[in-house]
Amino acid sequence: MDVVDARTAASHRSQGERWDEARALEIITEIKALDGATLPILHALQEAFGYVPEEAVALVAAQLNLSRADVYGVISFYHDFRRHPAGRHVVKLCGAEACQSMGGAELASCAERKLGIRMGETTADGRVTLEPVYCLGLCAVAPSAMVDGKLVGRLDETSVETLLAGLEA
Amino acid sequence: MTVQIFLSRDAASVAVGADDVAAVLAREAERRGIAIELIRTGSRGLCWLEPLVEVATPAGRVAYGPVSAADVASLLDSIAGSGDHPLRQGLTAEIPWLKRQTRFTFARCGVIDPRSIDDYRSHGGLVGLEAALSIGPEAVLDRVVQSGLRGRGGAGFPTGIKWKTVAQAAGPQKYIVCNADEGDSGTFADRMLMEGDPFLLIEGMAIAGIAVGATRGFIYIRSEYPHAIAALNAATASARRAGVLGQSVAGSKYAFDLEVRVGAGAYVCGEETALLESLEGRRGQVRAKPPLPAHRGLFGAPTVINNMLSLAAIPFIIAEGPKAYADVGFGRSRGTMPIQIAGNVKHGGLFEAAFGLTLGEIVDDIGGGTLSGRPVRAVQVGGPLGAYFPRQLFDTPFDYEAFAARDGLIGHGGVVVFDDRVDMAAQARFALEFCAIESCGKCTPCRIGSTRGVETVDRIRGRHDVTANVALLQDLCQTMKLGSLCALGGFTPYPVMSALKYFPEDFGVAAVHSDAAE
Repeated sequence: MDVVDARTAASHRSQGERWDEARALEIITEIKALDGATLPILHALQEAFGYVPEEAVALVAAQLNLSRADVYGVISFYHDFRRHPAGRHVVKLCGAEACQSMGGAELASCAERKLGIRMGETTADGRVTLEPVYCLGLCAVAPSAMVDGKLVGRLDETSVETLLAGLEA
Repeated sequence: MTVQIFLSRDAASVAVGADDVAAVLAREAERRGIAIELIRTGSRGLCWLEPLVEVATPAGRVAYGPVSAADVASLLDSIAGSGDHPLRQGLTAEIPWLKRQTRFTFARCGVIDPRSIDDYRSHGGLVGLEAALSIGPEAVLDRVVQSGLRGRGGAGFPTGIKWKTVAQAAGPQKYIVCNADEGDSGTFADRMLMEGDPFLLIEGMAIAGIAVGATRGFIYIRSEYPHAIAALNAATASARRAGVLGQSVAGSKYAFDLEVRVGAGAYVCGEETALLESLEGRRGQVRAKPPLPAHRGLFGAPTVINNMLSLAAIPFIIAEGPKAYADVGFGRSRGTMPIQIAGNVKHGGLFEAAFGLTLGEIVDDIGGGTLSGRPVRAVQVGGPLGAYFPRQLFDTPFDYEAFAARDGLIGHGGVVVFDDRVDMAAQARFALEFCAIESCGKCTPCRIGSTRGVETVDRIRGRHDVTANVALLQDLCQTMKLGSLCALGGFTPYPVMSALKYFPEDFGVAAVHSDAAE
């Protein structure tokens, strides 16, 4: 991953490499010269490992000359950063107003029933994490979702069920 | 003969199957021995017709939509034959929904290949930058002031005044920051433009840099917009190669370069000072003003922070002159606004028009009413912090002051339509819940008030001591409105109070005296 990719990659990958301190250090070293490098670094770590492991906090803090509390504070502030691995698939259903007007809440209930979990949870087999997202900018083709980083619009209960059933184990 | 076919790569088009259509087009054309050149553009903004396929003809582009992968075979047969097809919409330029618009900012969106700077240039791109270089910073500032352009993020602050403040501020390093953290539900203009005409934003930022003496820029894009991030990364690299960005902007003595940065799912980072905190690598917590970002912004340096649409309006203003821009509009709202029509609406999409259309024209006439076919009950204008307007306010003109006079706001131009099945007490609850989820936590009215508000609405919906709890909710909203540090806590009362005022029956009360909140 070159620097340009690293600082602008949004973390949509749900599966990552195993934690490896040398690899993490390599990622941090590559980006840390940027002004305001904390978010780009955290995005890159999550892109690599699928989440921001506890071990990364001290490492980032030391490299950026910040306190561990500072780094932890950033990770916990932003909804995107995960402190634990997600399921093998991540389904983000839009819960904002435009999707609500097209039955978004009913779709969320349908997905919860189908997966047997609540919003924000992961299935026991680790297959799917279901999360709300507040607006994908697909408000004129609502309701919408992001499935493993891929966007889908004009959803209804049938297409949501098909979509969930199609996610590999 | 090769047939030119245009198909959008906009996220909304892709979300409803444009990539599948592209794949089948290539396969079926080859099978039929038809030579096609498929050009992936941005979206025209006629979202209900997406995926929209356009075919070049001597008379102009002919549109077909909405095209599914299953329609491609018959579409290719018709292209090879008479051109007739059930999905044919006629010449794209003659589609009334498009023809009625005044496209200053979105003139090229859906027309050009957003990955080609040559295509951008051959469609009038970079004329504004060249003009800016020839007239110089002072004249650029004057033109922006004269255009009457106001911040398109929602606050409506005059852009030219902001730029002049930064130009006059002393500092070895100044910055241009583009706020592309378009978090409001019902808005997608930034996303569409970044995906469909990314060089326009780069040109606007370069002009801003020249005008105020800034050599570095940042575009802060939300992570929910992966296609826009990719488009801007590609465009920035391409602009650098073409010499538009770099040590010598378009061969001039001015240097300007920019970086794309990605948010991390915090709505409050759309607030300018929270965005600056986030860019600096911290929690996106709102800063108290003063100091203004124009004096002490990013990394403590003088900073122009503008909404994406404000920056994207600049090349037209410089190229065509401020009068051409200011000649259209309504009252103090000059120029055009890309109105985003969304939610439960028949003809949803992006409609760029001069300010002054009434809400009724937007919803009934342009939007065509609800997609469900049921009566329109409420329309939320301006995102999650915007008021819900009932039909009796449909005569409100789309204008900053007119909406403010009716306790609403136009915000970033999003219009979300709800039919008669909406429960307005539930919408009021959501507004407060969203504020609780997204509050940065810095000020008490927003951090605590939002949660107490959810609890109070729950008691009202449970019909516990309704009169007293409605009075409590009004009082709480008043505190949040007057006591919050930024628009998140300060404007969350708009959807709540408007729901209560115009739809009291959903709260189990006959009518609500709104004086307390005014």
